Amino acid sequence: MSSTTSTQTPAPSLHIALVGNPNCGKTSLFNQLTGSRQKVANYAGVTVERKEGFFTTPNGRAIRVLDLPGAYSLDSTSPDEDVTRDVCLGRHRSEPQPEMLVAVISATNLRLHLRFLLELKQLGLPVIVALNMMDEARRNGLQIDVAGLQADLGMPIVPVVSLNRAGVVPLLQALDLPLPAPPDPLPAGIDPHMEVRRLLATYVVDPSAGTDRLTDRLDRLFLHPLWGPVILLVVLFVMFQTVFAWAQPLMDGLDSGISTFGQIVLKPLPDGILHSLLADGVIAGAGTVIVFLPQILILFLWILALEESGYLPRAAFLLDRLMALAGLSGRSFIPLLSSFACAIPGIMAARTIQNPRDRLVTILIAPLMTCSARLPVYTLLIGAFVPHRTILGIFGLQGLVLFGLYAVAIVSGVIAARVMTRGVKSEEHPLLLELPPYRRPNLKSLALGLWQRAVMFLSRVGTIIVSLNVLLWALSSFPLPPAGAPGAAIDYSLAGRIGHLMQWVFAPIGFNWQICVSLIPGLAAREVAVSSLATVYAIGATDDGAADKLLPLLSTQWSMATAFSLLAWYVYAPQCISTLAVMRRETGSIKTVLWAAAYLFGLAYLAAFLTYHITRAITGVP
Amino acid sequence: MRLSRVKVRAAEPAPYYRGTELMLYLDTLPKGAHAVIEKIEQRAPLDPIATRLEELGFVPGEAVQVVATGPMGRDPIAVRLGTSRFALRRGEAARVGLRTAA
Repeated sequence: MSSTTSTQTPAPSLHIALVGNPNCGKTSLFNQLTGSRQKVANYAGVTVERKEGFFTTPNGRAIRVLDLPGAYSLDSTSPDEDVTRDVCLGRHRSEPQPEMLVAVISATNLRLHLRFLLELKQLGLPVIVALNMMDEARRNGLQIDVAGLQADLGMPIVPVVSLNRAGVVPLLQALDLPLPAPPDPLPAGIDPHMEVRRLLATYVVDPSAGTDRLTDRLDRLFLHPLWGPVILLVVLFVMFQTVFAWAQPLMDGLDSGISTFGQIVLKPLPDGILHSLLADGVIAGAGTVIVFLPQILILFLWILALEESGYLPRAAFLLDRLMALAGLSGRSFIPLLSSFACAIPGIMAARTIQNPRDRLVTILIAPLMTCSARLPVYTLLIGAFVPHRTILGIFGLQGLVLFGLYAVAIVSGVIAARVMTRGVKSEEHPLLLELPPYRRPNLKSLALGLWQRAVMFLSRVGTIIVSLNVLLWALSSFPLPPAGAPGAAIDYSLAGRIGHLMQWVFAPIGFNWQICVSLIPGLAAREVAVSSLATVYAIGATDDGAADKLLPLLSTQWSMATAFSLLAWYVYAPQCISTLAVMRRETGSIKTVLWAAAYLFGLAYLAAFLTYHITRAITGVP
Repeated sequence: MRLSRVKVRAAEPAPYYRGTELMLYLDTLPKGAHAVIEKIEQRAPLDPIATRLEELGFVPGEAVQVVATGPMGRDPIAVRLGTSRFALRRGEAARVGLRTAA
């Protein structure tokens, strides 16, 4: 695969791959090189997707770079490491062997990273070593004889700081040079650990003896048997309170902005089909969902910051025994926490779980972790049906209910996992998780991560959500009712008929036909259900502009039992085609997906049924 | 779907075998104490956990320290090994034989 490369300028294009241990700063280096917008994190194994980028060196050489998943060894123990091993060895079925490797190692953790580097010497590929985090190493007083180490290893070493653009310039310059000769493999009989020890003793002076005082001190607190779990609980609780409380003013602002916008656009239009399409289909539809942007971004901000700071693997440590009760290990915690943002990255992050059974169970319960797309539905219903009251002076009742919904979902996930792992006897689940040093989250990469999320969310609003709403508007508007017919127009439309048909199934759990109609587009994206309700009710209502009044409208039209039943349904229902699709891709089994959908729908129906009837009994509404 | 049919990598739970000589193991090292690794024991032929431990740098001659224990049943444990830190379950740590630092 590798071709001989000539040295004229501009040199021919080059295909390289970034290889390195987890937490070596590989992803942030990739971002600096390609300018691609991804998240950088401190968690072992964030790079699970195939990531490719393109950039040009100062001399105009075009470079294609592949960001390989972080690995500790080519002797792989997870699907993630399989990819790295296969690509490096040129055995991957769809990925050609790169012409050169850029091995990323962190100066702050040479003992671990040099060992993997020695393994890479055996591949017979040219290697450039990017010695990352040199700034941090210098601050710790670490001195590295780079020239000596480079000569000894037989590979060029380029010191880099992947946190800023200037820090990667030396690597860009090195990529303009002719390819280095492949290093000689380690002679047989030399133990790589002994070799690492020799290299460290010869070329590195470390006055701190490797102690990271800040990390030691923080670990004493965060991993404390009592304070550790207390802090974790407080963090999670504050996280959900802020999602509800901080977002409110922003959401109110957006809301009034959208209705002003709607009035300006709609004013010159005469009443009729076009007016109705824009008002009820597009603006009511998109508007009701855009309002939730602040909430989703605040949740993502939390998850990104926790990931980047290095706290997440500590949470996995604290929760390992709890996860063991569910038959899983602490490793499942990180994919599951990501699933609170969205089940799709969560299911993909499950690739870092080595044990195949743990991995499958984690994937199956990931949709139970309340993803951010459910928030719009929760917020709407809680806002409409739970009084705005304060408990014990500090906790909002609405926030408590939201917390409760998350808690119910988690407990259900634990029980589901327990049931799925029953009867499978005591085979060993490795935890073996690296606890990286604590780092202050990088503001730039947090901002990039949030920006990515915002763009993704808004483009969904712009494409799927608006087109689904227009479709739904059409379904709810046509055929038109006969002239002079009594009742609402939507009763005569296609959507009304579909809704009435579905009601046969959903009446026992208290859903009216408007809910049934809105569940259909909700399959493409959960949050669409809110805008669909707006569309259905805007058209169903006799006066115009009812979309702005969805909240008070629901609280008068629905019984509390119906609202709570819908909440319970949303805790469980796998109403997201994308999640099922990614499950299919990750497990390679359509049977698994069907089984997952069946068990989740079954749970949803059961939970909604119980909620509906219990609430009716308590509130005394027949 | 029955999960027990899913293929699982062979990691047979070998009997908790401890040899005859007096040796301290990482799972029983008290919090805060320092020790030096003597050997890594295989629980089965080609024990993947033992192999991974070695790849992570748990090799004879390295110094280790238990920095934290889990909140429930003192499991898992957090271990400092040179510049890195790892979380290990006790079963994993039980493969690491130690001699106490002189």
